[in-house]
Amino acid sequence: MTHGEVTAGTTHVVPHHFDSPEQAFEASKLGIWLFLVTEILLFGGLFVVYIIFRALYPEMFHEASHHLNKVLGGINTVVLICSSLTMALAVDRTRQNDSPKANQYMLMTLFFAACFMIIKYVEYSHKFHEGLLPGANFTFEAIQHPKTPLFFSLYFMMTGLHGIHVLAGMGLITWVLWRSNKGQFSSAYYTPVELVGIYWHLVDLIWIYLFPLLYLIG
Amino acid sequence: MSSHATTYVSFLEAEKGFKSWLTTLDHKRIGLMYMATSMIFFMIGGIFATLVRLELMFPGQTIMSAGTYNKFFTYHGAIMIFMFIIPIIPAALGNFFLPIMIGAKDVAFPRLNLASYYIFIAGASFAVLALMLKGADTGWTFYTPYSIRSGTSVVLVALGVFIMGFSGILTGLNFMTTVHKLRAPGMTFHRMPLFVWAIYATAIIQVLATPVIGITTLLLIMERVLGIGFFDPALGGDPVLFQHFFWFYSHPAVYIMILPAMGIISEVIPVFSRKHIFGYHAIAYSSLAIAFISFVVWGHHMFVSSQSDLANMLFSFLTMFVAVPTAIKVFNWTATMYKGSISLKTPMLYALSFLFMFTIGGLTGLFLAALSVDVHLHDTYFVVAHFHYVMMGGTVMGLLAGLHYWWPKMFGKMYPEIAGKISWALIFIGFNLTFLTQFFVGYLGMPRRYYDYPVQYTSWNIASTIGSWFLFAGFLLMLIYFVKSLFFGKRVAEAANPWGGKTLEWQIPSPPPMHNFAETPHVTGRPYEYGVAKL
Repeated sequence: MTHGEVTAGTTHVVPHHFDSPEQAFEASKLGIWLFLVTEILLFGGLFVVYIIFRALYPEMFHEASHHLNKVLGGINTVVLICSSLTMALAVDRTRQNDSPKANQYMLMTLFFAACFMIIKYVEYSHKFHEGLLPGANFTFEAIQHPKTPLFFSLYFMMTGLHGIHVLAGMGLITWVLWRSNKGQFSSAYYTPVELVGIYWHLVDLIWIYLFPLLYLIG
Repeated sequence: MSSHATTYVSFLEAEKGFKSWLTTLDHKRIGLMYMATSMIFFMIGGIFATLVRLELMFPGQTIMSAGTYNKFFTYHGAIMIFMFIIPIIPAALGNFFLPIMIGAKDVAFPRLNLASYYIFIAGASFAVLALMLKGADTGWTFYTPYSIRSGTSVVLVALGVFIMGFSGILTGLNFMTTVHKLRAPGMTFHRMPLFVWAIYATAIIQVLATPVIGITTLLLIMERVLGIGFFDPALGGDPVLFQHFFWFYSHPAVYIMILPAMGIISEVIPVFSRKHIFGYHAIAYSSLAIAFISFVVWGHHMFVSSQSDLANMLFSFLTMFVAVPTAIKVFNWTATMYKGSISLKTPMLYALSFLFMFTIGGLTGLFLAALSVDVHLHDTYFVVAHFHYVMMGGTVMGLLAGLHYWWPKMFGKMYPEIAGKISWALIFIGFNLTFLTQFFVGYLGMPRRYYDYPVQYTSWNIASTIGSWFLFAGFLLMLIYFVKSLFFGKRVAEAANPWGGKTLEWQIPSPPPMHNFAETPHVTGRPYEYGVAKL
């Protein structure tokens, strides 16, 4: 296939420097996987901080963990897993040329993501209210261990950075939903849906590690 | 083909106007924009270096106060590291030549490539803004707890570094994908030019290490804004943890700086020796080996920061291990020149300077990797000299070799050879005068970073400062002749291959056309086949 050719069924044009749509798709897939590696390394830094301080102050981590809301955290885990499912279904439907159904699945994914953020907001405001704040701003008095603020610094850094990724994912899903709604995707070209889907699963996966490490160690 | 009537439109002329540059998706133009930007930062960083050297010429106050000195050496370090030496070869020359050398029309993600450039500009703007506000006086390493307490604009500088990191990550990701997915038919991995191997190894480090400086600077920012306390002993944190985080990135980062320069040397030496490269596979895989070992040596920056003896011994051993793939390269380059027909043009002079000075830099690295010796030398000028022999004697020499080598290819204009050689001589003499003296004064015990020093070190410092003037003069001359050659330089013939290069970039017109290749090339041989077969 020569460059600049329009792929059947969509208005998408294969960029001139690729020989074929397959090559373009494969390159994009490799790109997103490499990007996910960098995301894991970004969070990896926080996991290292977690390992070090938990190894230094294990009993403090256990005690502080009791002050997180296990029920809300658990609900959020279920919510995110559901959102991953609907996102995977959206990719599948796009690939099967069923854009209306794919759009519905993407809307559901957005709904679950919004639920996650609302629950997170409830949790955060409760923590703010109690004075369970990071580091220097910590004012909660019911825990005696002097290093306890470190746990809440970690809690807010890890879930905060994750929350920013959820918001970014919501933005990306909205963008592909908007494009999908304009009929830009089909079995011949669905790269953005696929890539956003892969990214969204990572956001889900990171939470699946955060939840037990922060909430369930008490 | 005549030189005056061009039969094609070059990428420089394909579109006109300032806007066509700012919105370009052409890897060659983006490369040149990176080059211009980083070279401006090189000049600024160089001016700060000259001022710092001037202050250190005599003990006590010479031209500036201690506070200003602390800021100036921070600016010199931060600008040179984050805005010049990390992006200059991969993002500028790599962007320009990597796609051409593998027979591709562009990088895999051209829009991401342009975005990387603007992300870089955004990050650099934050850092420059910080310098204009309250500055920074932490050194380029931002060690805690001082960087938490310093009254300067550390947050803005850290934010700048954080953002520029994304630019590097995206560039690396783009290059890795390009090498994997866009090689021309017949361009197998083992037929790729060694510059491409080097940029590929660099890209691996950029992708795997840079996110760690991202989270480190983010935590430092949070440390100052929210007081999270991970690195603050007053809040139960650990300042040495910051050093581990910082060097987990910043040690691999020195290989982001040196590997691409090694790639340039691997191009220049066979071309100017008219010889097939000796040990192609060894050089190619030693780039990967260096990239991987670079991740397990960071602890050698903390031999005197309360690290355990066991960790010290392991890091000492692993650090010495880096010398193996590095020496493999040096021996293979030397063997390439053996019985070659060596042409001492400016690029080759810089390549030979690289061999000479990088070897000194590398070998003194082994002194510092030895635990007992490091205790004596760690906080002295010996480390400053070692670092500059590797970074300036290595990376900058490689960069200058590449700039002169590819100048006619990039712009279709020749630089003046005699001015090039004079400039080389000034830089070579100036560099060695500036930094060889620092090995001695460091060995005698002069501590680094300090504003003042005892009188017995004065003569060494005077010599070092005079050396910096030679360097300044050499670079000034280079700036003048490069800019002049752009406007008044001799137009090289369109099909010219002034050095007789065998790699793909020399098989297309100079400057290259917009999409590099009229037809996708089919590669049938290896890249440096001198005296073997005609390509």
